[in-house]
Amino acid sequence: MSDGGSLLPIIALLPFLGALVPGLMIRAGRTACATFTAVPTLAALVMLGTLAPAVLRGEVLQAELVWLPQLGLSASFFLDGLGFLFAGMILGVGLLITLYARFYLSGEDPMGQFYTCLLLFQGAMLGIVISDNILLLLIFWELTSLSSFLLIGYWKHLPEGRQGARMALAVTGAGGLAMIAGMLILGDIVGSYNLTDILAEGDAIRASEWYLPALILILLGAFTKSAQFPFHFWLPHAMAAPTPVSAYLHSATMVKAGVFLMARMWPVLSGTDAWFYIVSITGLVTMVLGALIALFKDDLKALLAFSTVSHLGLLTMLLGFGSKAAAVAAVFHVINHLTFKATLFMTAGIVDHETHTRDIKRLGGLAKFMPVTALIGTLAALSMAGIPFFNGFLSKELMLEEAAHTGWFGNPWIVPVLATIGALLSVAYSLRFIFHVFAGPARDDYPSHPHDPPFGMWAAPAFLTVLVMVIGIMPHLAEPLVAAAASAVTGAEMHPHLKIWHGVTPALIMSIIAVLGGAVLLALHRPLDRAWIAAPRPEAKTIFDGLVGGIAALSRALAEGLHNGAISRYLAIFIAATVLLGYAAFSGGEMSPPTREILPVPPVVAVGWLLLVGATILVVLHHRNRFRALVLIGVIGLMLSGGFIYLSAPDLALTQISVETVTIMLLLLALYFMPKESPKESGALLRLRDGAIALVAGGAAAALAMAFLIRDFSPISEFHLANAYKGGGGTNVVNVILVDFRGYDTYGEIIVLGIAGLTIFALMEALLAGPAGRRLRARPVPPDRSRDRHPLMMVVATRAMMPIAVMVGVYIFLRGHNQPGGGFVAGLVISIALLMQYMASGFAWTQSRQRIEYHMMIGWGVVIAGLTGAGAWLAGKPFLTSAYGYIHWPPIEEFEWATAMAFDLGVFLTVLGAVMLMLYSLSRIARYAGETVNVEPMDYDPSLTVEQRKPEVE
Amino acid sequence: MEIVVASSIGVLTAGGVYLILRLRAFAVILGLALLTYAVNIFLFATGRLAVNAPPVLNKYADVAYSDPLPQALVLTAIVISFGMTAVLVMIALGAFLEADHDRIDMTGEDDARDDDDALSAQGENRA
Repeated sequence: MSDGGSLLPIIALLPFLGALVPGLMIRAGRTACATFTAVPTLAALVMLGTLAPAVLRGEVLQAELVWLPQLGLSASFFLDGLGFLFAGMILGVGLLITLYARFYLSGEDPMGQFYTCLLLFQGAMLGIVISDNILLLLIFWELTSLSSFLLIGYWKHLPEGRQGARMALAVTGAGGLAMIAGMLILGDIVGSYNLTDILAEGDAIRASEWYLPALILILLGAFTKSAQFPFHFWLPHAMAAPTPVSAYLHSATMVKAGVFLMARMWPVLSGTDAWFYIVSITGLVTMVLGALIALFKDDLKALLAFSTVSHLGLLTMLLGFGSKAAAVAAVFHVINHLTFKATLFMTAGIVDHETHTRDIKRLGGLAKFMPVTALIGTLAALSMAGIPFFNGFLSKELMLEEAAHTGWFGNPWIVPVLATIGALLSVAYSLRFIFHVFAGPARDDYPSHPHDPPFGMWAAPAFLTVLVMVIGIMPHLAEPLVAAAASAVTGAEMHPHLKIWHGVTPALIMSIIAVLGGAVLLALHRPLDRAWIAAPRPEAKTIFDGLVGGIAALSRALAEGLHNGAISRYLAIFIAATVLLGYAAFSGGEMSPPTREILPVPPVVAVGWLLLVGATILVVLHHRNRFRALVLIGVIGLMLSGGFIYLSAPDLALTQISVETVTIMLLLLALYFMPKESPKESGALLRLRDGAIALVAGGAAAALAMAFLIRDFSPISEFHLANAYKGGGGTNVVNVILVDFRGYDTYGEIIVLGIAGLTIFALMEALLAGPAGRRLRARPVPPDRSRDRHPLMMVVATRAMMPIAVMVGVYIFLRGHNQPGGGFVAGLVISIALLMQYMASGFAWTQSRQRIEYHMMIGWGVVIAGLTGAGAWLAGKPFLTSAYGYIHWPPIEEFEWATAMAFDLGVFLTVLGAVMLMLYSLSRIARYAGETVNVEPMDYDPSLTVEQRKPEVE
Repeated sequence: MEIVVASSIGVLTAGGVYLILRLRAFAVILGLALLTYAVNIFLFATGRLAVNAPPVLNKYADVAYSDPLPQALVLTAIVISFGMTAVLVMIALGAFLEADHDRIDMTGEDDARDDDDALSAQGENRA
């Protein structure tokens, strides 16, 4: 541990913060945009540089920010040699690519977007290599898939770009999902999601019976990301991306993420036969196959893409060997491959940029026109070929050395021979890159006249070429870095000695065969190319498209089979599945014996039960007669309220009966505009099916209820009963729970209710403005409408009842804290009182006498409740802590005040506002439907003379 | 008493389920109302049944109280389900006024899917 660890979260965050910069800076010009994009990268690189001495000494730097400890998820970072190597590569190449892209992107390309995506990607990639928590690592892993999707599809107008991006996302995303599963298994075996903990538990993991599934799942993630056979096909298609992206993602960073992961997990997962064979075979096959295809690709970038596939195969194979020397070779080759491959991609980009083609068959002889580019490209390609004094040679020698004494299934020949063939093909395509592009006679049919690009464009590849040469000639310079990274991979202290001359070893002989064979192959390229084109080859894109099409067709068939647009079908499936699941859960456990005594059933209850059951059955039987069904629903609600009273729930009874009233009124109002009868639609078979589902579901619900009703349990409400008076200052425990203990819930509920009211209001406004409004206006007045719609008796009675009802409401509100009642019920009672006025004298008449908008009421209700809750902050208590006390008010008795009362006032106002707004909305529809406006409170007022009576206004 | 409550839950659930499987909006609203009753009783019953024991504290005598917590939950549930019913009624009414029928079975109308197909076909063409 060291203090430097605290820099790690900042380094990880910098690119993400920086991603905001380019979008802003693009207005200041392209150079300014590129410059400011480089700043966060440079800053992160400098910070990383300050950590270098510690890391190279072999220290492991750590930083942890607790995030979701319950899930084992923390934003923890650590930096060891391996992470340092990759982080340096990501940031260093990122900087070079920023420079290169400044000159590569044309004036029409949105540069701000490009740099933003680039920095997002950089941040995600950096996160992968320095995460100490595998869950965090997985998040970053998915982020690389997403940001690379944006980068590959950067040229949105190109179909290849879009399709390539989609394919890359599908393949790497699918692998990422597999890897999530594998990582979760690992975390489960170890009991921690911290990478450092997992790395220490290698033996336990390898011994676990879940080792193989975890291994395969994690390798799926690594292989798809690193384009290993048979998932290699997405990489060439991703080449539709702008070349800076290819150079960055597809040579230096993203495709190496899989390799990184295998290296990271090497101490834990390697060392078994499964690892050895799966990883080394996949790697070797990919290496040979990739090199073979690369030789016959005419597109410069496709050649480089398949060469990358091949080199990734090489790395995978080395890690698969499982020996420490192979790990050293792999780490060293990661560095070397980065230097020459990024250079080659950028060179290919320059060639494309200058000649407007990447087709090797149309190129050649470019050395005369663009000598600098040719020099850079040639040097890098020689390194790729593995020619001595270039860095590619050194790591290839190490690889061949390892291959020379690795045997498969007891056969010592397969691996060395195949590895030599791979190297040979690699020489062939590298030489082809040189001879068919830069060497040869100058041509006069290039699509554009080529010349060297400006310095800014070749500066980045030139810098990397210098690295190629320096490492190639003085390999010991790279030793500390390789040592640190290899030690981190193997978990053991490593001191590799990198040198050019090892004596005459098998590797040297294999290398000589490869170079000579490669030269011969290039000489024979023309006839071989013809044979290759003539030979039948499976086309990966066709297979992939077929597969995707098949899966899409399958899921569509499945989705449309289940979701055919009829809600009754979804519900039937849903209910049947719920019952089945419940049955499965039920049959999996055991029932304890009943412990509660059964309560007796008095006759009144029996009658109520009969009424309830009878009404329910009648509702079902008569549901097509809508009016009758509504009346029956009212009976059920009434029985329910009675039941609540009997079973010691007076608050519920009060609420139920007032809600029942309001609901029925609402439904009646709605029914006025809807058909009064439902036609018979479902056939006998369908009704039988629904009946069966309904009976099973009902039976299940009853059985479940019965099962728990006859058994005891330990309620948590002991606390509420004990503290209602002491803590909440009220004796009605239900009300104290609502406004105090669970005040947050209630606060949420009233907001929901308010939103429901406003939704209805908005729906109504939208409806009336549309065709429904026109239809309503054209609606004929029903002939059977009563002539006396606002009868004298009703008007007089409601007027007299209004103050009484309001008083009852206020009383219920005030006593709520100590006796049954409260804001909910009071709000409902008063809204019923108001509603009666609407019914008695008509909508418009009442409306013109209403002073407070219902919207305001909802708003004030929520505000008052919220402010009351927030008031607790002033006393330094958490939100919604209530306070209470007593005032002695001389003429009256002792009077209690409680802040909960103010909260309940908010509840009251919201409920009142919402209920009224709902009914008001429905009544407004009536106004559209040709309802007349009353000027007088009643239709016939006997106190007026005939002359005084005003006609109705239409 | 327990069997009375349990059977009421069962009957209300069965009736509600049958009604929400009908093909008209009004029947579905009725069904949801029945299901709401069933669910509310169910929740209330999780506190077990007690007679003459309202959860209103008695300062003078040490008496038994029924479980107040499910009651508080059900109280808000009743009010919220009213809000839900109201929104549903409004949507059903709106759908009826717009379409002149209140059928909820949309299998005959494949417009949505056709649009998707047209879009993807367009995508292929551009590709």
